[in-house]
Amino acid sequence: MSLQAAPHPERAEPANKPAEPVLAVENLQTYFYTRTGLVKAVDGVSFALARAATLAIVGESGCGKSVTALSLMRLVADPPGRIVGGAIRLDGVDLLGVDEAAMRDIRGNQISMVFQEPMTSLNPVMTIGRQISEAVILHQRMSHKAALGRAIEMLQLVGIPEPRQRAKEYPHQLSGGMRQRAMIAMALACNPKVLIADEPTSALDVTIQAQILELIAKLQRELGTAVILITHDLGVVAETAERVIVMYAGRKVEEAAVGELFARPLHPYTRGLMNSIPRLALMRREAGAAAQRLQEIPGIVPALSNLPQACTFAPRCAFADDTCRGRFPPYQEKRPDHWAACWHSERITERANG
Amino acid sequence: MAVIDHDAELARAGANVRGWMGGILFFVRRYPLGAIGAVLMALFVATALFADQISAFDPFSTNARVSLAPPGGEHILGADFMGRDVFARIVYGARISLAVGVGATVLGCVMGVMIGLMSGFFGGWFDLIVQRLMDIMQSLPLLVMALVMAASLGPSLSNTIIAIAIPLVPIVARIIRSNTLSLREMPFVEAARAIGMSETRIAIVHVLPNTLAPLIVLATAQLGSAILVESALAFLGLGVPEPHPSWGRMLSESAAEYVRTAPWLVIFPGIAISAVVFGTNLFGDAIRDILDPRQRL
Repeated sequence: MSLQAAPHPERAEPANKPAEPVLAVENLQTYFYTRTGLVKAVDGVSFALARAATLAIVGESGCGKSVTALSLMRLVADPPGRIVGGAIRLDGVDLLGVDEAAMRDIRGNQISMVFQEPMTSLNPVMTIGRQISEAVILHQRMSHKAALGRAIEMLQLVGIPEPRQRAKEYPHQLSGGMRQRAMIAMALACNPKVLIADEPTSALDVTIQAQILELIAKLQRELGTAVILITHDLGVVAETAERVIVMYAGRKVEEAAVGELFARPLHPYTRGLMNSIPRLALMRREAGAAAQRLQEIPGIVPALSNLPQACTFAPRCAFADDTCRGRFPPYQEKRPDHWAACWHSERITERANG
Repeated sequence: MAVIDHDAELARAGANVRGWMGGILFFVRRYPLGAIGAVLMALFVATALFADQISAFDPFSTNARVSLAPPGGEHILGADFMGRDVFARIVYGARISLAVGVGATVLGCVMGVMIGLMSGFFGGWFDLIVQRLMDIMQSLPLLVMALVMAASLGPSLSNTIIAIAIPLVPIVARIIRSNTLSLREMPFVEAARAIGMSETRIAIVHVLPNTLAPLIVLATAQLGSAILVESALAFLGLGVPEPHPSWGRMLSESAAEYVRTAPWLVIFPGIAISAVVFGTNLFGDAIRDILDPRQRL
């Protein structure tokens, strides 16, 4: 397949060399200027994404995951939102420094996005094939016919049966899972370096969810795309990601490799998220399942306008004391390559082990 | 329980439609009223195109000897007081009506779509100014507006078209703008941005086609009403000037004086106008169902 003749030959470098991250985000700040005040939707988030790696960003609704994703694409609506600080380096190029025309060349070509809602993310009056070939024509000098051929090739790649026939169909003729496959085909049609998947499976039923995640993982192996997976589902994280960032109230509160994070969560919020996953033992009411009820994190994410100086999680945290209510904890490497922002991460580990 | 004939149900849904002949037959069975409209419109267009072959008489030549001749005989629909053949004038009048109807509708829709799309998609001060202009235009009654335009521009075919098209612009612009306002918030617009499409291209490629279904219904309805407005203008002595045979003028010239003595001078142009307006409306309803891919299962 012609996918091997990729437009990014630099990806063929040997893997053992300590490679530059394909995407490096430094101290990203996205603020919204609203009537109710300044909303710091993303406040000082930094991370690095290695080539062909998968990074998961997890957190509750309203914690800034999606705004982070839109900021990376520079698609935050202005007004009211604005990226006020930081840097987003895609292969060394700071996306915050380029003009809008250059950014359009980058979107869809080097960095792509798959949205949550496959039902409404496709234009209802345009055929699937046409929509995918639009993405190709935008970035590669190609005739309409060649672009449609490329679209059919992509539909085949994402596992849509009878791609030639499907390319002529309209979105309403496809099921939700098929539409999400078509969205992935559209996002990957120009073979981008980075794919941002913003809750790609939330709107799909469970059996389809697994298929879509498997598909993303498979395409990642074949095409060498780095993936940022945004989700609130820790089960999805455990299965697909290599590295995890936990966000709370616009800030990064914990970051680690996926195994380390699940074995030793150092932030009470991360613990809370894990405890709120239904488990079979719990559901069968077996002995040993500590509580008869599914644990939830009390309270809700605070309003992001006028956040206090204190730890933002303190009002919902069982460990909170006066230190927590006084100052925001520093973001530190508590264990090798395991970072967290919590005053009491040692106590949390003790309690978990004891 | 009733026995369901699957083949009959499938045939009704159009499962075994083959070729363009099959397509036409299916259209006739599925939308019988639309088919009647289509036939009326086809007749209208064919009459306009082949007027010189259809009519044996010249619509302009007068003949005092047959003044106010009743229908039947040599002049099948009779003759007017100047002795001009009514059938010939109706047949040639189709040309005027077609030119005015299509010309005014297309002109008005193109301008309205451009204004509405830009106004709705880009918003801001442009939207504000344009919408206030549209308010001003809409606050004038359509007929009065067309009258003023026709009177100030002077009577001619192209001026009549412009006079009828201009009141159409705010109506089309409003509909396109309101559709665009909701469409630009749709996720597929955001998805188009995410593949690197420019705003102008999104407006044309993604937003515009989604506004066409309501526009087509509006345009067919307006096609009929443009013909009516032309008749009204002609009735009031404006519109396409003499000696061109305009249906509206034929009505207006004869209505006052001859409606009792020579009713055929009033009835036949009236039938022509009604048939064409009726046909465009029926056809427009059917075409909306067909062109909307969301209804094409």
